Amino acid sequence: MNLEIAVYRYNPDVDTKPYMQDYSLELPEGTDMMVLDVLMKLKEQDPSLAFRRSCREGVCGSDGVNMNGKNGLACITPVSSFNGKKLVVRPLPGMPVVRDLIVDLTQFYKQYEKIKPYLINDDKTPAREHLQSIEDRAHLDGLYECIMCACCSTACPSFWWNPDKFIGPSGLLHAYRFLIDSRDTATEERLDALDDAYSVFRCHGIMNCVDVCPKGLNPTKAIGHIKSMLLKRAV
Amino acid sequence: MVTNAASFGRSGVHDYILIRASGIILACYTLFLLGFVLTSSPLTYDAWQGLFSALPMKVFTLLALVAVLVHAWIGVWQVLTDYIKPLMLRGFLQFVFVVLVLVYLLAGISIVWEV
Repeated sequence: MNLEIAVYRYNPDVDTKPYMQDYSLELPEGTDMMVLDVLMKLKEQDPSLAFRRSCREGVCGSDGVNMNGKNGLACITPVSSFNGKKLVVRPLPGMPVVRDLIVDLTQFYKQYEKIKPYLINDDKTPAREHLQSIEDRAHLDGLYECIMCACCSTACPSFWWNPDKFIGPSGLLHAYRFLIDSRDTATEERLDALDDAYSVFRCHGIMNCVDVCPKGLNPTKAIGHIKSMLLKRAV
Repeated sequence: MVTNAASFGRSGVHDYILIRASGIILACYTLFLLGFVLTSSPLTYDAWQGLFSALPMKVFTLLALVAVLVHAWIGVWQVLTDYIKPLMLRGFLQFVFVVLVLVYLLAGISIVWEV
């Protein structure tokens, strides 16, 4: 089977503007492979092609790209899911391109930093560890699994327009993970930091984040919970 | 926390509540008017004037006009802060829209009270 592929290319040292480069790859009939494998085959043909990848099994979150218009992890997206259509690979949208499929995620990490992604506990330090009941631990399910691949935040128009002010779906999923953690004692301070017109309330619930999350998480639901927490203490 | 002074509410939560409360008022007003138009057959000038000359309808209409002001102020501010990045242009457009909805409210008060 012949697979047609178009890849976004841009090397700021050489190119004046980005362009799409067409490739062709012969796949053995009846076989399938992941988009990352395709990119690695293309890199054998053309070593100048640049992209990030590490674990190649959907755990590290390095190879988030836009495939045929939808963000996802190249390493766990099979070519067969495109039903023989031309595969178009672009970098994650809305972020500055460093080179080819590699984007600068500084702004994404700055937003993550803002939500203080660590436990804050003012209680007396226990001898061994802060214990948590099974029920309290269960609240973290669906939140802690985020691998920060940035597929969700870069699929969100609110994040495209205000990446410096809106925390974004990934950051807010993490924010709720710490807000709901029974061991964290800084709930009020965390809510104070989010109580403005941009940080949380720029989410209008269009659910692009839910649609693209490769781990099947639901940032919109977590954001809804944060909005409820902010409302409860304001009304 | 990100601060701002151009929106209507004092905070994100305030904007969130105001935009929903005003939305409910506007939805009720629209449904009521739609119901009136559909059930008043034929819809004569007298029926129309009779409706708007009643005090409850005047109050309801003014409430809807205030809701338009609040809803449009916050909504336009959100759209402008998304799409218009040059500060002076955004400030100017915000000013024009706010003046426009204020004129709309003031004209509405005058019209409704003359019925």
